[in-house]
Amino acid sequence: MSSAALLAQTALPPAPYADRQLDDPAQEKKAHDFMLTIRCLTCQSQSIADSNASMAGDLRSEIRQRIARGEDPEQIRAWLIERYGDWISYEPTAEPILWPLWAAPVVLLLGGGALVWGRIRRRKKESA
Amino acid sequence: MKGRWLTWLPLAVFAALALLFVGGLLRPEGRVIESKMVGKPLPAFALPAGASDRPALASAQFAKGKPRLLNIFASWCVPCAAESPQLMALKQAGIPIDGIAIRDARGDVDRFLARYGNPYERIGLDARSSVQLDLGSSGVPETFLIGGDGRILHQHIGDLRADDVADIMDRWKAAQ
Repeated sequence: MSSAALLAQTALPPAPYADRQLDDPAQEKKAHDFMLTIRCLTCQSQSIADSNASMAGDLRSEIRQRIARGEDPEQIRAWLIERYGDWISYEPTAEPILWPLWAAPVVLLLGGGALVWGRIRRRKKESA
Repeated sequence: MKGRWLTWLPLAVFAALALLFVGGLLRPEGRVIESKMVGKPLPAFALPAGASDRPALASAQFAKGKPRLLNIFASWCVPCAAESPQLMALKQAGIPIDGIAIRDARGDVDRFLARYGNPYERIGLDARSSVQLDLGSSGVPETFLIGGDGRILHQHIGDLRADDVADIMDRWKAAQ
């Protein structure tokens, strides 16, 4: 929460779909799953699905209405990233800066495999 | 000798990570999220009037050859009241300023302007923060400089302090 939010809050009621689910359960699930991956701008460590900030509510409403109109969640993500940068999305991208992250499991697996392979070979030599 | 080094390696890695995490916990980052829309054209919008004695605001009213300031504010926002003398000073210097009131009601905006002064030529009412989201703005108050060609040239996040006025004036003059 920012200090401004602590001092004052908007008196307006929440946007229509901020705290109201979509009527179609499949669309609601799509919208909710997507909201879990979008970072709140006011409470920066929460997703907008978890945040009570008024701006998060407005964004939830916007997302639900867009999904009800048939927009794809990834389209909405692109729209948000265009405005706020990668920061807004919790979903890791395939940008070069994240290549070490994607490579880590493979590297660890290969390293572990080599270690095990070495042990087995040594043990075989000892027992032979 | 080499083996002894390896024995201590996991502990060293652990200590380094522990230091990193404790450091992060002690100094949580209060991050400012800059709009990625700076340099791009102002998104299209048409908002209803936010105050009773000022006309409504639409994106078409920018891009008319002269740079303008676009101030994002709200009557419920305390730093917005704090920055009003700076906005009045900019207005007095001949800089045109338009406002967008976020999650607000016209009566509240009227009272706010009567109390703190009205530096705006036009005021739009953004009841659902939709234009704010379209601008890549992450809070109130924020001030955008819009060039005469309708492009967003600069974003100032947070309230304008007395020592920010000269910078905004210089940027506005440079944009002409």
